[in-house]
Amino acid sequence: MSLPMISLDSLVSGVSLEDMLAKAGSGGCSSSSCGSSARPEDMDEAIWEKIKDHPCYSEEAHHYFARMHVAVAPACNIQCNYCNRKYDCANESRPGVVSEKLTPDQATRKVITVANEVPQLSVLGIAGPGDACYDWKKTKATFEAVSKDIRDIKLCISTNGLALPDHVDELAEMNVDHVTITINMVDPEIGVKIYPWIFYQNKRWTGLEASKILHERQMLGLEMLTTRGILTKINSVMIPGINDEHLLEVNKWVKQRGAFLHNVMPLISDPAHGTHFGLTGQRGPRAMELKALQDKLEGGAKLMRHCRQCRADAVGLLGEDRGQEFTLDQIPEEVTYDPKKRDLYREVVAQERGDHIEAKKAAEAIVKDSLDARPMLVAIATKGGGRINEHFGHAREFMVYEASPKGIHFSGHRKVEQYCLGGWGEDATLDGVIAALEGVDVVLCAKIGSCPSDQLAEAGIRASDAYGYEYIETAISALYAAETGMELLAASA
Amino acid sequence: MAFKIIASQCTQCSACEFECPSAAIKFKGETYVIDPNKCTECKDAFETQQCAAVCPVPKTCVPA
Repeated sequence: MSLPMISLDSLVSGVSLEDMLAKAGSGGCSSSSCGSSARPEDMDEAIWEKIKDHPCYSEEAHHYFARMHVAVAPACNIQCNYCNRKYDCANESRPGVVSEKLTPDQATRKVITVANEVPQLSVLGIAGPGDACYDWKKTKATFEAVSKDIRDIKLCISTNGLALPDHVDELAEMNVDHVTITINMVDPEIGVKIYPWIFYQNKRWTGLEASKILHERQMLGLEMLTTRGILTKINSVMIPGINDEHLLEVNKWVKQRGAFLHNVMPLISDPAHGTHFGLTGQRGPRAMELKALQDKLEGGAKLMRHCRQCRADAVGLLGEDRGQEFTLDQIPEEVTYDPKKRDLYREVVAQERGDHIEAKKAAEAIVKDSLDARPMLVAIATKGGGRINEHFGHAREFMVYEASPKGIHFSGHRKVEQYCLGGWGEDATLDGVIAALEGVDVVLCAKIGSCPSDQLAEAGIRASDAYGYEYIETAISALYAAETGMELLAASA
Repeated sequence: MAFKIIASQCTQCSACEFECPSAAIKFKGETYVIDPNKCTECKDAFETQQCAAVCPVPKTCVPA
């Protein structure tokens, strides 16, 4: 494999535009695959155009592109048992949580400020707290104002679906080509345990009736989006004992109605959050329970496994949140969009991505040769760009891949506390990291000390920094080949 | 006859503002306030008070 001519790190961490231009100019392209498309062979060109820069819709894109959410639509028309609308904390990271609500004008200034600073930005989403379709006027005003200045930004909304059918035509007119609907059930009997009430046609509905209406509106909205060619992602919250097995049924229903992706997320539940589920002791699923369900869902509607359940005001690559750098008090009164950084970043990514795709293909070929080998779970520490480039102790999450004769597949991520703070490793934190890595065979990172490495080994997890800065898939294939006793051919050249 | 909003419980979600058929609810200072001169308790318009029906926090939009 070849190292990138311009490191993506250097593009995004506070370097001046002049530096970037100089590097881009001197870089040239050493890759034989320069300019080739990263599009998977089994994907339609039109769909690839829609998702190739969208970190939530393409696992591949999420290594390179960033999203931001603006909380402009705080009003909601349903109550969910996993949501507490009073909750607001800057240190919490989960859907629906936000520190400041914005007016459409404030949001527009924020998006332009971020676009000038964060070159990876490709998507603007409105995803709560509240419902983007119910609080429609603010959603629409924000999208109209932002797309006037930043023409190539992708617009994206998340909704519970109840008010969705009323706005599908307007969404299509505004070129919103990605819509997420949260669908937790297709059986109102199960809905009763998740939704205490909805507000619909000027009335509060409860019980079975409420869930029946919500279900019908969700299905209608999904069908309307599919008819108009708008890509849909279905989010489902996995609630053990309530809808876990039922999500197999949900997957079938949404696939039939044209859903593009299905994202099964674990319930986040804690009494301190003050939600109904938190207060009544309803637990969320463990990482391996989630994985088991996702594995059962393979073969149905395509699964999204790289969701980080980000805050409703998150900014940055999935897995990172730079929201605190862009709070309202840091946003200037007058801002002007400057496309230079974003345009340059796209050029460099296009080169790097072609190289990465070639490396990935070579890696896939290696593992597919290993007949009869058992699957292996590998946890990766990465800062983005598709490479193993994060130190073990600095990782806030590990990306878990499954290698088997079927190929190398992203399986999910495991969030952890940073083990190393200020140069010192905390034993208690390491115990937490080890617990989070349940089921993982090997950890690959850019650097790891002997002490944590030994403790991981005691827990049955091997760790290595021998593949630091390589492409994730290249490293996994080499490791897998070595583990399964294969001859490592020249495929990593 | 009018409704009022218990300010300490209000999440400022703004749903009541646009559901109110009498345009009686406005954001003032740090919270939403119902103008008692405009509030009709939704009489002759709806079966139930819209602000109370949509409010996500129990017992926050209540009779004044």
